[in-house]
Amino acid sequence: MARTDSFQGSIDLLVLKILSRRPGLHGYAIMSAIRERSGEVLRAEEGSLYPALHRMEEAGWLRATWITKDKGRRLRVYRLTVEGGKQLSKEESRWQTVTSAVNNVLRTV
Amino acid sequence: MPLWSRIANTFRGNRLSREIDEELRSHIEEAIEDDRDPAEARRALGSALRHREASRDVRLIPWLDSLRSDAVFGWRQLGKKKATSAVAILSLGLAFGACLSAFRLIDALLLRPLPVKNSDRLYVFQYEGIGFDGNPFKGEPCEYPMFRRMRSNVRDEADLLAISYASPRDLTYGSDEDMEKPFLQYVSGRMFDSFGIRPVLGRLFTVNDDLKPGAHPYAVLSYDYWTRRFRRDPKVIGRSFLLSSFGEQTASNELYTIIGITEKGFTGVEPGTITDIWAPTMMNRLVDQPNATWFRTFVILKPGVAVEPVREKLHAVFRAFREERAKAFAGMPRQTVANFLSQRVLLEPAAPGISAAQREFRKPLAALAVLVALVLLVACANVANLMTSQAAARAREMALRVSIGAGRARLVQLVLVEAAILALLAAATGGAFAWRSAPFVASHISFRNNPVRLHLPADWRVAGFGLALMLAVTLLFGLGPALRASAVKPANALKGGDRPYFRGRLMQALVAAQAAFCFLVLFATGLFVATFERLSHQSTGFSPEQLLALDVVILRPERPEIWNQVVEHLRTVPGVASVGLSNSAPLSWGNKSSRHISMNGGPPSPDSVFFVGVAPGWFGVMKIPLLAGRDFRSSDTSPKFAIVNEAFAKRYCPAGNPVGKLFNDGVQIVGVTLNASYDDIHGPAPPVAYVPLHYVDPKGIVLPMRSATLMVRTASPNPLALVSTLRKEVARARPGFRVSDVHTEDELIEAQTVRERLLAALALFFALLALLLAGLGLYGVLDYSVLQRRREIGIRMAIGARATHIVWRVAADALAMVLAGAAAGLGLGLIAARFIEALLYQVKPSDPRMVAIPWLVLLATALFATIPAAVRAIRTDLATTLRTE
Repeated sequence: MARTDSFQGSIDLLVLKILSRRPGLHGYAIMSAIRERSGEVLRAEEGSLYPALHRMEEAGWLRATWITKDKGRRLRVYRLTVEGGKQLSKEESRWQTVTSAVNNVLRTV
Repeated sequence: MPLWSRIANTFRGNRLSREIDEELRSHIEEAIEDDRDPAEARRALGSALRHREASRDVRLIPWLDSLRSDAVFGWRQLGKKKATSAVAILSLGLAFGACLSAFRLIDALLLRPLPVKNSDRLYVFQYEGIGFDGNPFKGEPCEYPMFRRMRSNVRDEADLLAISYASPRDLTYGSDEDMEKPFLQYVSGRMFDSFGIRPVLGRLFTVNDDLKPGAHPYAVLSYDYWTRRFRRDPKVIGRSFLLSSFGEQTASNELYTIIGITEKGFTGVEPGTITDIWAPTMMNRLVDQPNATWFRTFVILKPGVAVEPVREKLHAVFRAFREERAKAFAGMPRQTVANFLSQRVLLEPAAPGISAAQREFRKPLAALAVLVALVLLVACANVANLMTSQAAARAREMALRVSIGAGRARLVQLVLVEAAILALLAAATGGAFAWRSAPFVASHISFRNNPVRLHLPADWRVAGFGLALMLAVTLLFGLGPALRASAVKPANALKGGDRPYFRGRLMQALVAAQAAFCFLVLFATGLFVATFERLSHQSTGFSPEQLLALDVVILRPERPEIWNQVVEHLRTVPGVASVGLSNSAPLSWGNKSSRHISMNGGPPSPDSVFFVGVAPGWFGVMKIPLLAGRDFRSSDTSPKFAIVNEAFAKRYCPAGNPVGKLFNDGVQIVGVTLNASYDDIHGPAPPVAYVPLHYVDPKGIVLPMRSATLMVRTASPNPLALVSTLRKEVARARPGFRVSDVHTEDELIEAQTVRERLLAALALFFALLALLLAGLGLYGVLDYSVLQRRREIGIRMAIGARATHIVWRVAADALAMVLAGAAAGLGLGLIAARFIEALLYQVKPSDPRMVAIPWLVLLATALFATIPAAVRAIRTDLATTLRTE
């Protein structure tokens, strides 16, 4: 089963990837997307997503705006910045390198 | 950008929290819309508070946020106790301001580098050894022929500049009547270039303006003088002025043309004096005289050149030049010549310039700096005590903070931030105080009858010092209470008994320290005040009351008879009691001549004698009594007759009556007078020989005079009322005669004690401040201890303790601390007194009175400060106390 820390380690990559495909998601939608796409494997304490989102926002990878939903409720939605796009490709290639390296080890030993 | 947004977020922390909370809330609501169970959704979200804190920490700067909230809290704390905070801020502010003022003065006079290029490679040429009078001595004036040789000798290693002593000179831009006295300085032509100083108008000197003696009558004005005198009129370039030059017995007037104005900020190389006009060294008539010393030599080393080899080269030239000069010292004692030759050349760093005012005020300012630092320490101890007692009152709050997880460092920060706010407010108060007080004090410093003019900028140096001082002060009074507060034990504090005696010990130690510093300040103040007192009651040997000294100059020298006509005319002016004529007034800073003498054809004296030219009747005007012999007659001439003072008689005619004795090739002593101060009011009167003004040279020609001092004793008690009449009458008596300067003799005496007056007045001010602060501090501590022990006191009173006993119990500890502190202060004082001995006059630090008076004053203040606490203790009512608890 996936453990929290491995999820934490790749949370930036997952969030960036999802937002690159579907810009303008709010926190709950991002979390749902991760859960669905991973076939319910990647689950974590849902709240820990928010400090990560805010960290990426401060780093300049995401831009957040408030939108008003029906009934006057406000939602904070996130989009990728240019900087975030670059970060995504960096993270993706890093992830590929690491996983292929790990796979190599698993195959050859 | 991210850093900036985090700083911005820090200062809108509340809004940030609200936004995060709203986002987390909307997460739950989305989950509920998603048909999840509300309770399950909340559980899955986790601790909202923790997420909020984590989010806050990435979106703002945590340490800045905690500082901000501590500052807000500290500000509220100070606001809660307005009176105590105001006292703390005001007392600390005054002490802080005094320190800042002292720094501004010291920096401006002694530390600040001159605003010139290469000031870090600037040195001044000095020589030290044994002087003509047989005492250790350090000199700097040079002879121009020697300077020339030195300059060519070190051409490859250094630039040498000759810069004369800035001195007030008589000059006029128009008629003779409009004479004024700006400060003029002769400088090497290359000086402006070497210093990197540019003109704002016209041009400055170059090497070519300083080649041939007397050939370059050009002048450069300082920006400051141009502003003051000409209101920055650009048409001043090309104007000319007539400068009166005084030689030994000759005189001339030289016409100079103004060629340029220097840039702003450069006021010469003598801090304390603002030079008005510069002229090339070649225009000084002494330039070719091998024996005339009239300027300082400045050395600018070329980059990468070491000091010592240059010094050695200069020393070799100096030594060779002196050997040549010594050949002319016929008949001088061998030891004196040997001393003259064995003097050693020094190169002293001169980045902050060099001036006589620096030498005069270096020690007094250092002493004042120590005094203000002590006052600041007293104020810090006060505030530390205040904060300690408040920390006691806040022990429960601190305990609560510890209980809910605040770390020790966080508590230290909390208290330190409060201290920093206090220090900041005090610094602002002190800064405002220093803004006015430094120029005020500077305006009361004068040197040789000329006000010391200091450029007192408030720039980054002053601000930097203020900031550093503020941080030091914060740590000094904040760190102790902060550490003490952070060491709180929640269990003890909440029980209501956090080792009060331990805290009491810290406060008592502070009281003792305060008493020690306060005693030191009082002790030093006593010494300075006594010194000033002794000096101002010093007998001068003549009567200075209602006495005016009129310096009179003329452009074309006249014979003594003509001068006598002016004197006779003034005697007829109503309001004038008597008039005497001499070449300088006692205790003035005019030209004084002193020479070695030889008695009865013997060897020359090792020390020198002042020669004062006076006309018949002068002693009567001055009320200097004759002990033996007679006054001069109008037929007496120089160099034939002399009247000597007692000091002279004792020194050179130890056996018997000096009247009738001869010295210096047949000068006959015709009278002896009582000693009278002449050169310096400090110390005993020096040997003086009064000689007739009427000077006849070996060929029998009477030498004309171009300046003299008329001593006028007025009939009215206010001599200044007669000044304008006398100015007019002098001009009326003979055309061309002009009063260039007037002083009352009282003024001249006062000018002799400026340093002592300044020290005494400022020390007295600081002593009062320190005493007030120490009194306030002691009052606070006692009041606090009564408050702490009111239960105990109430119980004692209830079971019949006498009031005196209660008062004793309250005051004994604190008074013991004061006494212990005073004892420590005395020990320090006696050690410190050695460093200020040079500033004292006829006062011994070990004099029992000098110790007893500050001790009594301190004790009286301490007793006075215990009264309110004692009254409070006696009025303690057990019932009320128990009810409030």
